[in-house]
Amino acid sequence: MALLLNAEHAFGLEDFESTAKIVKFAIVPKKHEEPDQSPKEELMSFEAAMLPHLDAAHNLARWLLRNEQDAQDVVQEAYLRAFKSFGGFHGSNGRAWLLTIVRNTSYTLLKKNHAVDLTTTFDEEIHGSGHESVSPATILEHAEDAELVKQAMDELPAEFREILALRHQEGLSYKEIADIAQIPLGTVMSRLARARDKLKEYLAVRMSK
Amino acid sequence: MTCDEAIKLMDGYLDGELDPITSQTIEQHLRECGRCDQAYKTQGSLIRAIGNATPYFKAPAELRERIQSSLRKETTGQPVRNGVRGAQVQFHKRQPEPRSILSEIPWNWLGLAAAIILAAVIVLNVVPRLQRPGADQFLATQLIASHVRSLMANHLTDVASSDQHTVKPWLDTKLDFAAPVLDLSGDGFPLVGGRLDYLDNHSAAALVYQRRKHFINLFIWPTTPVDGKEQKIVEREGYHLVHWADGDFTYWAVSDVSVGDLQNSKQLFEGQVLHR
Repeated sequence: MALLLNAEHAFGLEDFESTAKIVKFAIVPKKHEEPDQSPKEELMSFEAAMLPHLDAAHNLARWLLRNEQDAQDVVQEAYLRAFKSFGGFHGSNGRAWLLTIVRNTSYTLLKKNHAVDLTTTFDEEIHGSGHESVSPATILEHAEDAELVKQAMDELPAEFREILALRHQEGLSYKEIADIAQIPLGTVMSRLARARDKLKEYLAVRMSK
Repeated sequence: MTCDEAIKLMDGYLDGELDPITSQTIEQHLRECGRCDQAYKTQGSLIRAIGNATPYFKAPAELRERIQSSLRKETTGQPVRNGVRGAQVQFHKRQPEPRSILSEIPWNWLGLAAAIILAAVIVLNVVPRLQRPGADQFLATQLIASHVRSLMANHLTDVASSDQHTVKPWLDTKLDFAAPVLDLSGDGFPLVGGRLDYLDNHSAAALVYQRRKHFINLFIWPTTPVDGKEQKIVEREGYHLVHWADGDFTYWAVSDVSVGDLQNSKQLFEGQVLHR
């Protein structure tokens, strides 16, 4: 069995270089050791583990989709998906695991609606002029204006909205963000910096109008 | 540290995500550079303001009820169709057909499949992996990834000390082997600290050395049957890897310093191990 598997799949080793996947392999033995739970018990332990993160799930979906109804639909779908694969989850970070599913489900819908604005095409015509004259102090003054900040944040591309919500509202570590957004750890810092810069620009533009 | 470097690392510093050494370097730079210090204060205020001003969208109570009721239906195995808007919400019976599992949640099931294959290949060790060129690359990739990860985001060392008599006992209590820990500061490779790592399916000690402004990760684990005994120098993605083994341990030094420097550190380390 082992020989067969090995001979068959040895060539595929290159595909499994990512350490993230090696972490996943650690869960396999556990899966077989655990006795099968009854569906009811499984549901109860799922709810106990995942419902406490409902606010986090809803908040992330809401920021990504910018629409309350879509956010609720996506969160519901994400919970069902999470429940189906709950047997394979043995990690300790339930919130990050759930948010990964919420995030993926949100992007599926964004793509379906052709609403994925992953990479920003910053419009110089609209945003490019005027804000240079706004001083950092003025920006800060207005950064406390919740409605203004929300509007500016909603204008950002999805990947920026996502990273700002995960960092500033959930207070997640770079490592957790890297796992959820499926990007390298080093990208987290640079993307976060770009997102904050962009937010600053958008705030400045709104102020200079 | 230049202003460019400081600005680039500023967000990581403000978020408390840099390793202690880099943080100290930035702090020192901020004390000396007024412009960067001003930028630091502005950026810090902005970050706090974003945290305070952005609304947090709590889930409404009816969403919780909706989810719970759909989960109940899911467990009783009834197919559910309710009037949720849009085509994106699709409900499946408890046991969807395999094709739909693949398209629905590939990252999970393919991960599991990868996991089983990987478990078969690695855990059982039916064929010594390091005799195959692909496997060697696989290890090199892991080593470089671990080295790069250690340099960012707060995880260069678990125990930061230039004293080998602090680092060694710390590592000994955390690992099931006693790795040699040597300070080479007399020869231009000061010990910075130690770290636990997990590589090639086993725990490893990582000793961190500094060479001028660069860091060297020296990974050590007890030699296993699959570990090659012969010396090796690998160059990949701009990093150099030097491998050697002695009676007990397998060593991999990884860094972006020159091969010469890396070889030099290896010889110093080997020499001191012999003369202990």
